Amino acid sequence: MSELTVTVIRLGLLALLWAFVFSVVGVLRGDLYGTRVVSRSTKQSRAQETPRPAKPPRAIRRGPTNITVIEGSLRGTTLPLTDAGLLIGRNPECTLVLGDDFASGRHVRIYRRDDGWYADDLGSTNGTWLGNQRIGEGARLDVGSRLRIGRTVIELRK
Amino acid sequence: MSTVTSIPPRTRRNVELALLLLAICIVLVAYVNVGLATSGGSLPPDLLTYGVGLLVITGAFHLVLRWRASYADPLLLPIVTLLNGLGLVMIHRLDIAHSRDISEGLATRQLMWSALSVILAALVIVFLRDHRHLARYTFSMMAAGLVLLLLPLLPLIGSQVNGSNIWIQIGPLSFQPGEVAKILLTIFFAGYLVQTRDALALVGRRVLGLPLPRARDLGPILIAWLASLGVLVFERDLGSSLLFFGLFVSMLYVATERRSWIAIGLILFGGGAYLAYLMFGHVQERVLLWLHPFSDAALKVSDQLVLGLEGMGAGGLFGSGLGRGHPDLTYFAESDFIFPSFAEELGLIGAMALLLLYALLVERGLRTAIGARDGFGKLLATGLSFSVALQCFVVVGGVTRVIPLTGLTMPFLSQGGSSLLANWTIVALLLRISDQARRPAPQAADPGGLGRDDTRVVKTR
Repeated sequence: MSELTVTVIRLGLLALLWAFVFSVVGVLRGDLYGTRVVSRSTKQSRAQETPRPAKPPRAIRRGPTNITVIEGSLRGTTLPLTDAGLLIGRNPECTLVLGDDFASGRHVRIYRRDDGWYADDLGSTNGTWLGNQRIGEGARLDVGSRLRIGRTVIELRK
Repeated sequence: MSTVTSIPPRTRRNVELALLLLAICIVLVAYVNVGLATSGGSLPPDLLTYGVGLLVITGAFHLVLRWRASYADPLLLPIVTLLNGLGLVMIHRLDIAHSRDISEGLATRQLMWSALSVILAALVIVFLRDHRHLARYTFSMMAAGLVLLLLPLLPLIGSQVNGSNIWIQIGPLSFQPGEVAKILLTIFFAGYLVQTRDALALVGRRVLGLPLPRARDLGPILIAWLASLGVLVFERDLGSSLLFFGLFVSMLYVATERRSWIAIGLILFGGGAYLAYLMFGHVQERVLLWLHPFSDAALKVSDQLVLGLEGMGAGGLFGSGLGRGHPDLTYFAESDFIFPSFAEELGLIGAMALLLLYALLVERGLRTAIGARDGFGKLLATGLSFSVALQCFVVVGGVTRVIPLTGLTMPFLSQGGSSLLANWTIVALLLRISDQARRPAPQAADPGGLGRDDTRVVKTR
């Protein structure tokens, strides 16, 4: 066989080596995305959706629009703040289900009033902390507020 | 409403099979390349035999994984198969260059050792159902490891090869017990540190902003330091000495999360190495070869490092092609200097791919450690993968003049039965731990029951 064949095989070997490296990297990409957000809304509830609700008040439009877990096992997870509010805790019924040993089953509720977003601690064992203050009911939340729940820290973002 | 769930774990054994086939293809292409380039343009006649043999050996291991460790990491086996296969091809290529017959060449022996190692790895997977069983034998492992380390110093069976006392010779069989000692000591470190990490991490006082441990907690690190210095002095093996001490310090750091251990370790090792440099001639030689390899004084001692460097330079970016370079000019081109051999014939592009394969192998090991649910498994996986990483660093750093050259083998690539056996066992242990780590946790209680209750706020205080 000619010299050309040898050259082709030789360069092909290098190409194959790198193809192998990249396919390995492609497989382990899955590691970076360990969690996913599953929508729980059923078809029925979607069908019953009312026509577009009135524009939310100014304070809501200016306020935070989603929450991000910045510390803890779910770090990196982002959830939108919806009008129905959010329930955070360890129970599977919660909107954000924490796998945090220091969180209570139903730990904290985040809900909307006309003038912004508020959080209620639901009598959790280890408490919910806004900055360095333990909150009770009706703690006001703004963009950038950080809620500490057990080992998890949640930030409100726009 | 939406919930956050983790993606349900998949076994991904089919991915492993596909990658395994790709790896075998690459090895066969490399084999064909060697055959075409050296024998004047005819395909090697035993291509099919080797291809099928490789497929049977690794395929059997793959089936063992499906049977006994179905959630094991899917990437470890293909990467290791590729590295081992490429090493075989390179050793075969050097056999041709030295015109050794195929029946008594090094490649045939290496192939036998590979098969033996895969079988051993499969046995580890089959019989070791849970890596935590190893934690029971923490101190037996230490004793066995130290005995193995010291075996080469015994008068009858120890033998000196190339200036290092790291071999034992029983009849026709020679073996490097340090490779096995590496695994045993890693198991010991993991078991020991899991028990004592709290004392090591929490107790102590600050000196100059650095949290220092208590004096009596320093005992183990001092013993490890003395042992590694002993290896350096009496067995004249700089590489193993660096490997053991680095392994211990890194595991100490991972177990306690205290940077002071790294500072203490570096200071101790630096001091010990400097003392050894002042006191021993063979260490001074190594340093001279490292700093001034092209000087007359160094060339009188050895031109091995220089030959390796020239070889890598001759390879350039794309390499000379398998079978077209002259890696056989370097001494020990098939064991300590196999990396320059590859760099010469595959070029910088191929050498980088090889290094990336090692990086990926280590990444999978460390990822296993993150995923492991028990402290012992975490530390063991960290230690095993770090030992592979450190060994690669010591070898590649040595031949590229980053650190003084030491006599360690490149995992999986280098010729040498004990090294292959030890490294395949490491992979088997990592596969076992990763199986435990990726397997979905058994459901302790029915989680649906809580959600069906009426919603109410329960005060627990």
